[in-house]
Amino acid sequence: MTLSRRTFVKIGGLAAATLPFLGTKAFAQLETVKIGFIYVGSINDNGYNYAHNQGRLYVEEQLGDKVETVFVENVPEGPDCERVLRELAQQGCQLIFATSFGFGDSVVKVAAQFPDIAFEHATGYMPGPNIGLYNARFYEGRAVCGTIAGHMSKTGKAGYIGSFPIPEVVMGINALALSGRRINPEFTVKPVYISTWNDPAKEADAARAMIDQGIDIVAQHTDGPAALQVAAERGIVGGFGQGADMSAFAPETQLTAIIDHWGPHYLASAEAVLAGTWAPGNTWEGLKEDVVQMGPYNAKVPADVVADAEKVRTGQIDGSFHIFTGPINDNTGAERVAAGVVMTDAELLSMDWYVEGVEQPA
Amino acid sequence: MDLTLAIIVTVVGASTPILLAALGELVVERSGVLNLGVEGMMLIGAIAGFVVQFHTGNPYLALFCGALAGLAASLIFGFLTLSLSANQTATGLALTIFGTGFSALAGSSYSARPITLMQPLFPAELATHPVLRVVFGYAFPIYFSFIMVVAIWYFLHKTRSGLILRAVGENDHSAHSIGYSVIGVRYLAVMFGGAMAGIAGACFPLLLTPQWAERMTGGRGWIAVALVVFASWKPFRLLAGAYLFGLVMTTELYAKAGGGPLSAVPSELWAALPYLATVAVLVLISLRRDASTNAPACLGKPFLPAN
Repeated sequence: MTLSRRTFVKIGGLAAATLPFLGTKAFAQLETVKIGFIYVGSINDNGYNYAHNQGRLYVEEQLGDKVETVFVENVPEGPDCERVLRELAQQGCQLIFATSFGFGDSVVKVAAQFPDIAFEHATGYMPGPNIGLYNARFYEGRAVCGTIAGHMSKTGKAGYIGSFPIPEVVMGINALALSGRRINPEFTVKPVYISTWNDPAKEADAARAMIDQGIDIVAQHTDGPAALQVAAERGIVGGFGQGADMSAFAPETQLTAIIDHWGPHYLASAEAVLAGTWAPGNTWEGLKEDVVQMGPYNAKVPADVVADAEKVRTGQIDGSFHIFTGPINDNTGAERVAAGVVMTDAELLSMDWYVEGVEQPA
Repeated sequence: MDLTLAIIVTVVGASTPILLAALGELVVERSGVLNLGVEGMMLIGAIAGFVVQFHTGNPYLALFCGALAGLAASLIFGFLTLSLSANQTATGLALTIFGTGFSALAGSSYSARPITLMQPLFPAELATHPVLRVVFGYAFPIYFSFIMVVAIWYFLHKTRSGLILRAVGENDHSAHSIGYSVIGVRYLAVMFGGAMAGIAGACFPLLLTPQWAERMTGGRGWIAVALVVFASWKPFRLLAGAYLFGLVMTTELYAKAGGGPLSAVPSELWAALPYLATVAVLVLISLRRDASTNAPACLGKPFLPAN
């Protein structure tokens, strides 16, 4: 079909007239949706990336023929991520999930080049006209773990293997310390940052270093079960699974686990894209929305401790309990949150200080 | 005291795989071949060792199969660079990429499967006291690595075969002209390097973290390559270097976990220290008056006989 110049101008005018009513973005209804996922690690890490991939499989299972998914694993946080995102965009993905914090800058760049594609960035902080943010309140799980740690630690010292000192990790350390100290005021947390999400040998050595220096509970915010295995080997009180149930690796040692359950969120976004109603959101869901789940309690956790942990879990579900409720002092002793005040989400997402009971890391 | 002993045990664990891989690479480089595929061969050794340990529960067989797998991977490199005279640097890098991908593929169905660690070589009664544990508390590969340091030094400097290998690395055309098979010697060296890298890789699931995780060697193959230069191609310096690197990597974690002045050093600096040390040593070596780095003269050059 050939367009006369006049028709072309008419169509253009019509489009121009309609645009303001559509806002900045307009997504059409779709028969099928193609979704891309990029993971920072391997889907076989039994932790963080495994959990995201379970979310992808959940969407496939729920939507069947209406969805096609592609994923790229082991994408480094940096310029390479941009290339992968662009490739997914050119392959025809209508919705792309970038599942690691460090992908943020790349998402912002690539999303600007592909305004018709919906991007969602996990644990990020940079929204855009076609960039939605989603996150899970992992700290709610940490509060449950901390309750158990406070009860069960004999030395009153927990070690915490962190990847990088970003708010996400700092928040988890603080939640563990705060909830542990509700039970045992002497409870302390020692964070050790190892500058990587995935280096099992280094995670294991960090666990050894902490256990040799008196901790008897290990928590970690890296992607695999290496630290839990060392905890089992050394026979300390216990540790916690992170991202997924890791009890297969340390059946006697994993006291409980924080399970990331991204499926419902991924499904909701996919359905929104199908319906043409997707809009960049900023969701931060937790135990209540079932995006964070707790693993089974180990048989060696006493019944009264389980009861206490359950109280914390259900309290966070019904909203009666928030771990970041004042008074909260930082680890220099200065009051940061006044009594009765609950920290806002914005404050939590930019948290760069440690609560009382956390030893200052390097 | 107990803490010092505990640190030593951890240092030994961290140093052994680096030492084993670097010893293999040292022999390879002494024959005039630069194989940058150590990391890839280690990963192939790691998955092979893991799979065999998972199915048989025999860690010695696992270690042996790790060696065989590393050797097989090195033959790919050998065929391309020695028989076809491909560029060694590019082929070595390709081998690392191949090893990373191949091990991930081979291990994809083994992710949620823990295995048992290799037990100490000596009976537990010998290692009851902490001091005795530092001496007798390790599994076989640790003692093996020390034996190999001496054996390789003896081979290179005290045997006729070692002299031939060094001759091939220093002046391939001379060695060829007096009748030695340059390509044959280099094949043997490359295969030895592959087997050692395979054993080094198998140490990760068998000694350090009893699981399979993609890229579980975490770049230590590259440290091994750097270490050979660091040690100026000498086995005993290599031993010292491997333990220095292991000490730095471990001290970082103990310092951070224990507090004290060392814990104030930023973790990024700790992570960079082994590499900074390598650069520093290279600079020091090149500042020496005779400017000899001890590098084999034919290192990295393909051998093309003039017929």
